Amino acid sequence: MEKTLTINGKTVRNLLEVIRNAGVELPTFCYYSELSTYGACRLCLVNVEKRGLVPACSTPPEAGMVVVTNSNEIREMRKITVELLLANHDTNCTFCHKSESCQLQTLARKLGIHTVRFKKMKKDAPLDFSTPSLVRDPNKCVLCGDCVRFCEEIQSIGAIDFANRGSRSVVCPSFNKDLSESECVYCGQCSRVCPTGALTPRSEVSQVWNALGKKDKKVVIAIAPAVRAAIGEAFGSDNETGNSAAAKMVTALKSMGFFKVFDISFAADLTIMEEATEFVERFSKGENIPQFTSCCPAWVKFAEQYYPELINNLSTCKSPQGMFGGLAKKILPDMYGIKREDLIIVSVMPCTAKKFEARRPELSTNGIQDIDFVLTTQELARMIEESGLSFNTLEKSAFDMPLGFKTGGGVIFGNSGGVAEAVLRNVLSKSDSNETDEFSFIRGEGGIREVTVKVGEKDLRVAVVHGLGNARKVIKAIKNKEKEYDLIEVMACPGGCIGGAGQPVYNGMATRNRRTKCLYENDKVLELHKPMDNPYVQQVYQKYLDKPCSHKAHEILHTHYINRKK
Amino acid sequence: MDRSVLEGNPHSVIEGMIIAAKAIGADEGFVYVRTEYHLAVERMKNAIKKAEEIGVLGDNLFGSGFNFKLHVMEGAGAFVCGEETALIASVEGKRGMPKPKPPFPAQHGLYGKPTVINNVETLSTVPLIIRDGAKQYASIGVPTSTGTKTFAITGHVKNTGLIEVPFGTTLREILFDIAGGVTDDKGNVSEDAFKAVQIGGPSGACLTREHLDLPLDFDSLRKAGAMVGSGGLVVMNKTTCMVNVAKFFMQFTQNESCGKCVLCREGTKQMLMMLEDITEGRATEETIPLLEQLANAVRMGSLCALGKTAPNPVLSTLKYFRDEYDAHVKDKTCPSGTCSKLTKIYIDQDKCIGCTACARKCPVGAIKGAVKQKHSIDPKVCVKCGVCLQTCKFGAVKRG
Repeated sequence: MEKTLTINGKTVRNLLEVIRNAGVELPTFCYYSELSTYGACRLCLVNVEKRGLVPACSTPPEAGMVVVTNSNEIREMRKITVELLLANHDTNCTFCHKSESCQLQTLARKLGIHTVRFKKMKKDAPLDFSTPSLVRDPNKCVLCGDCVRFCEEIQSIGAIDFANRGSRSVVCPSFNKDLSESECVYCGQCSRVCPTGALTPRSEVSQVWNALGKKDKKVVIAIAPAVRAAIGEAFGSDNETGNSAAAKMVTALKSMGFFKVFDISFAADLTIMEEATEFVERFSKGENIPQFTSCCPAWVKFAEQYYPELINNLSTCKSPQGMFGGLAKKILPDMYGIKREDLIIVSVMPCTAKKFEARRPELSTNGIQDIDFVLTTQELARMIEESGLSFNTLEKSAFDMPLGFKTGGGVIFGNSGGVAEAVLRNVLSKSDSNETDEFSFIRGEGGIREVTVKVGEKDLRVAVVHGLGNARKVIKAIKNKEKEYDLIEVMACPGGCIGGAGQPVYNGMATRNRRTKCLYENDKVLELHKPMDNPYVQQVYQKYLDKPCSHKAHEILHTHYINRKK
Repeated sequence: MDRSVLEGNPHSVIEGMIIAAKAIGADEGFVYVRTEYHLAVERMKNAIKKAEEIGVLGDNLFGSGFNFKLHVMEGAGAFVCGEETALIASVEGKRGMPKPKPPFPAQHGLYGKPTVINNVETLSTVPLIIRDGAKQYASIGVPTSTGTKTFAITGHVKNTGLIEVPFGTTLREILFDIAGGVTDDKGNVSEDAFKAVQIGGPSGACLTREHLDLPLDFDSLRKAGAMVGSGGLVVMNKTTCMVNVAKFFMQFTQNESCGKCVLCREGTKQMLMMLEDITEGRATEETIPLLEQLANAVRMGSLCALGKTAPNPVLSTLKYFRDEYDAHVKDKTCPSGTCSKLTKIYIDQDKCIGCTACARKCPVGAIKGAVKQKHSIDPKVCVKCGVCLQTCKFGAVKRG
């Protein structure tokens, strides 16, 4: 029996949370409230009267406890611990991708460490560049195990784990193979929880600069919904609706030399048109139900490698990124009178798995990727900084048309539940309705949320899932015939795309909740909320695609999946 | 010691476990034993099989309705798997790494069930206590540590092996009566050959002559900064370098650290590197204070007992043999002549007769000198292998 304490309805598991709630900052490398307690970093040691030094993370709070968190002894212990880590760390901080968001760096500064008294160990393990999404640098690993536990406990994958013992311990895929040979789905959450630069999103910034530098190329960029909720964090500014952040990004990108700046939310509207139509057909025929959403590339790979028997249940719709790439490469050359090979498409994504998705052969035409480069929010922020632009004082500009117009239904795609909500808006709401909160009961923080909506006589049973471990639970429940659903939205990252690993590094629920709210607020300030009402989407159908799920639409907007079971 | 119980009397462990299981209401038990202890594994399995055959293990023991099933789990031989939470992880097929406590195994143990873990020696003693009564058992030993303890004696003593003595027996009785006395470098028992004894396994402390009359029980040892631990007693005579001893044990513990917590993983490695600096002449006057500070941090801050006790050999030798550390660091000499990097081999010019035996044996050609002339060693070439020392019949080659 674990002793617990409840504050404002939330269970406090340990002394660490009590101390932090009391406003005292206690450093940790290996503690995340959503993961199991590991107790390895030894940084949260506090002095409890009559007990001496104990790790706060694994000590239950008790009445009458007298705790000291800051004494010479404790500070010296922390210093020694951090110095030990620094002695065994590749400290090329100046050009590390995690620089300024590295917890080791921050802690060394906070503890006033200016010299390391211990002997520097040689760190020369090769870096793992085998995947398009992530870079693994074992020389920067502090062995806190956050990545290992996230992958195992939240995503139920276990692509990486500890190998070897003692000072030879490393975190690596099995048999120290490349990450690309593991079952990694590239969600990148390992890099989000990594306190140092041992796991980082793989950058394509220099490739994009190169493309921009070529006079004969037209470089078009499109921004995913969730990016606007988080880009400001990289510049120390929060924004409530995401609208001004989006408008500033447009200005920044134009000044960098991008030919056109579009909005992936437009493609999200298009996705809903296709996916909702596909769903209505399946639902009425009772075929391939439940239908799983397919916009999350990490989830798609997860399904392909663990549940290939469910491939027919996945929506055949490409993700918004995939649809955007397919459509843009098809229509923009004619629209702007340029050759297809001179058109370069870049997307800005909150996601590391999108880099993998863009390289799927199914999303290429004649061997050329529909999306040429994928930048994360982090990379875009870096490009803005490199350009010497001051993000916060930038003028606002509007997205280019026609692929820059979106409804709120496309924008909320970035939140867990957003895709399902947009589908319901398209399928169920009355033609004259233009409300944002008609289906807001589907929103929330829970990892598995269930909603049943009446459709005439029938029940439409929807599940919204985030975290792949939760997806596994839901699939098991379906297989065991404990649960039945019609539509299941799955997003790999906690909170959905807004919590993606390509976003500025965040810790804690406050940031995630603020981003979620930001997209819902953005929905409110937009004029339209139902994807089917998007006039430019309608135009695209008239001009190029006929109607949703038509033969033409299938050619450009739909895809197929691969059995990746090993 | 536990191994010899498993090999010699596995039935006593089985009986102890049945009693313990009955006491806590368990119906399954595991014996965790290193797989390379083939004989122990084989005999334990055999004893279980026989116990099942005669109905003292299995379902409905003696018609009581009480069931008890016993399994043998062969471990891969990690030292840290002696720590109870690491042992549980290992039995579950996971990496042998300790977990923070609480929750304790008695709350949340094997497969999440309340679990009692005891040592082989403890469990094998239980039947005797039940048979003779607690009072009888408690009459042995001293009030705070009752009963007997088995020690494994090795090192510079006449008789090595396992002994079982009442708690409270003094080191002097054990070393000089039971073990037959401490031997000198020539292997002869000598009154003043004794230098130190390392007690309690690889992470035990070193005790000295001043502790000879210390009764070996839990409290007295704790007060002396030592522990009963595994009951190992490594006896060392005056030819032993205590810094080198500390380094030897540190090598073991840092090698056996599971790598989970920072202080143990990085701390023991750094301590080992500092000890290498000391024994190889690279240490500065900052080395010893830093070593001491780090040792205390590792002791106080590590996650499990392996890390918490790993600094014991260092801290105890720093406490009782500080002069040896100082000699290594300040004078760059090893008083016992053990640390080869701090010694040089030279030829006593008065004793050398120029027989050339040493020069002919020297593998690196470091010894110069013609027949019937005094020889000398070129320290730049010499690798201090010591062959010349063994070769010289006139005691002319010396280490110092």
